[in-house]
Amino acid sequence: MIPELGNFALALGCCLALAQGFIGIYGAWRRDSRLMAATPGLAIGQFLALAASAAALAWAATHDDFSVLNIVQNSAAAKPLLYKITGTWGNHEGSILLWGLVLAICGAAVALAGGNLPTALRARVLGVLGGTSCGFLLFALTTSNPFARIWPPAADGQGMNPLLQDPGLAFHPPILYTGYVGFAVPFAFAVAALLEGRIDAAWGRWVRPWALVSWCFLTCGIALGSWWAYYELGWGGYWFWDPVENASLMPWLTGTALVHSAIVVEKRESLKIWTVLLAIGTFSLSLSGTFLVRSGILNSVHAFASDPARGIFILALLALVIGGSLLLFALRAPRLASGGIFAPISREGAIVLNNILLCSICAVVVVGTMYPPFCDLLLGEKISVGAPFFNAAVLPLAIPVFAAMAVGPLLPWKRARLWPVVQHAWWAALIAVVIAGACSIGMKILPALAFGLSAWLILGSFAEVVERTLLFRAPVASSFRRARGLPVAVLGAAIAHAGMGVTVAGLAGASLSTQKIVSAKVGDSFQSGGYEWTLMRLEDVDGPNYSSRMATIYVKQDGVPLTLMYPSRRTFPLQHQTTYDVAISTNFLRDLYAVLGEERDGAAVLRLHVNVLAPWIWLGAGFMALGGALSLADRRLRVGAPSRARVAVPA
Amino acid sequence: MTRKRRRLVIVLASLAGLGSAAALTLAAFSDNLVFFMTPADIAEKNPAPGQTIRLGGMVEPGSVHHATVEGSPAATFRVTDGKAAIEVSYSGILPDLFREGQGVVAVGALAQDHSFRAQEVLAKHDEKYMPKDVADALKKRGYWKDKGGVPGS
Repeated sequence: MIPELGNFALALGCCLALAQGFIGIYGAWRRDSRLMAATPGLAIGQFLALAASAAALAWAATHDDFSVLNIVQNSAAAKPLLYKITGTWGNHEGSILLWGLVLAICGAAVALAGGNLPTALRARVLGVLGGTSCGFLLFALTTSNPFARIWPPAADGQGMNPLLQDPGLAFHPPILYTGYVGFAVPFAFAVAALLEGRIDAAWGRWVRPWALVSWCFLTCGIALGSWWAYYELGWGGYWFWDPVENASLMPWLTGTALVHSAIVVEKRESLKIWTVLLAIGTFSLSLSGTFLVRSGILNSVHAFASDPARGIFILALLALVIGGSLLLFALRAPRLASGGIFAPISREGAIVLNNILLCSICAVVVVGTMYPPFCDLLLGEKISVGAPFFNAAVLPLAIPVFAAMAVGPLLPWKRARLWPVVQHAWWAALIAVVIAGACSIGMKILPALAFGLSAWLILGSFAEVVERTLLFRAPVASSFRRARGLPVAVLGAAIAHAGMGVTVAGLAGASLSTQKIVSAKVGDSFQSGGYEWTLMRLEDVDGPNYSSRMATIYVKQDGVPLTLMYPSRRTFPLQHQTTYDVAISTNFLRDLYAVLGEERDGAAVLRLHVNVLAPWIWLGAGFMALGGALSLADRRLRVGAPSRARVAVPA
Repeated sequence: MTRKRRRLVIVLASLAGLGSAAALTLAAFSDNLVFFMTPADIAEKNPAPGQTIRLGGMVEPGSVHHATVEGSPAATFRVTDGKAAIEVSYSGILPDLFREGQGVVAVGALAQDHSFRAQEVLAKHDEKYMPKDVADALKKRGYWKDKGGVPGS
């Protein structure tokens, strides 16, 4: 009964989304204030319907309703409760429902928080969101319904992929999806602006917080996914440049560009057309990334053939959303007036440079991700593009971004000279060069350069804060007073940029990391990475739905006892699958990382890594998201309803 | 600076950015494209030693030998596609799902003696499933029966 209610709620949500889309666009077109006033209610209704639908699916999962196909395929009675709930979005059907739910949450948020938006703009934004949502809910209902029943009901489920049975991955999809789907709001604003035919500073001020929130979520989601790969897959790596990862990186790159160019629209009324294009592009990449790659259309052409209905529906939907918005852009963009003029060396100029480089990096990633499947499809040639390609092509473009990132915020708007900036940031540059020089003695050129750039980023990012607070020059009390008066957004930008520096340092640390694979009997000791590792014990331990083989490793440094580590290997009998439970011991400067491999002739294979600065990779991402959240909290973004520029009346 | 000149500067900068991206992509493509081959492909095309290849095929039953080299585990095995076979050596932990008579993908390069040195061995599939590249390649070579999968598995 409950799954039928969930199915009904899903269909209801789809109808409400259709109504929201039609009434929003049509009402704003006809300037019908009654129709326009109905859209917020519809958006909230759609959210309630989808929330009920998701709750019904969670109910079916927690109550082990094995008459529902999706539950049979992805759940099992013995699965721990937390993973029964989080497992609802760990599969294709459930993740589409989650996607729709997050989109509905965005719509409801615009409806509730958009009280100060002009009625017509709000109706159009909600209309675009509703139309998009309707398409995806229709996809869920017709080709991947999470509530489909089977008869006769199964006695027990098949269980989910044991790799997903992990708290990190349990919360990774909702966060990542909030990032992906959140960019639907800037997209809807962009399409609404094209429909209206005008953009002004107020538009930039409305769009920026939405882009920023999505960007923060996307940053956290990517970091969480890479952290999960690091500790769960047990290969010691954190980024493999595989299509699923690239799918999240591409919208992140253009989203980062969007977050910056929206500032220019807001502050200087410039780069409007470009910002609209970025908003459309970012959401298009989110969509095509998740749906093309995750549904396996591009990854394996045969998955497409095995369920043609799904593939064709998705392609048609993508063509409609992306093609439609780009067509609208081509038709209407010339009508958007361009604003303030600026010199190449200025804050605007720096942001343009940031945008060009980020979009170039994105283009490289797109080519590297899409070329192999198209090559297979068109030429029948099987090739793959791995990490060496991406490293070779992305790094030369990333280095200038890092170099320019610290200087950009120091430049004044409109017109600037480089000399004053040099005066403010010379000490940061000096320290960075010294660090790079010192590193280059014992290291290869690239890691040394990366450490130097990282220092430059961290120090340079705070050069502006130091400059603005007159730190070290004025009395401390006066500096403190100035710091309190500093706009939060300035601090946020500095923290986010420094976070990138922290991540770069973490990535560079990989070059100092060591790993050793040993075949060990109980009692054996090994030297690796300056530590002494001793295998103390091997024993069997039982878990809720798996049995596990656990090793105890005793780690000493220079004879001083350091820690005990418990790597284990879990066997899931239901899925006939084995996963590695990595033991990690961190002190935030390095990770000790131990994996227990297979056993043969009484000896166990151990993989022992010392990963220098590895935690910094995710710490930096945390700083980036924190910086974004801080600049979101800036009073200047909240106080007062932005009022629109007056429309010039044609004579 | 006039609007026109500013636009020119931006357009030129964008072109430079995209141009260098394209150049870098092409350069990286020519060095780092990795082709998927089966042992018979290697016998036909005879790729240069040192060129990175993704080798796919079946692990020949009875060909796996485990050894310990300098305290680290190592293994040698033969990969076949029914037409040709090639000797593969690998030092490291073989994945849990690595089995004799099962599909495997090894990333590595040919050595001077025409044996294959794998840097990475992938068998990220369950018992029923074959890596898709391998299944396609074996079908093409007629070494695949649709119902029963691979003979002898």
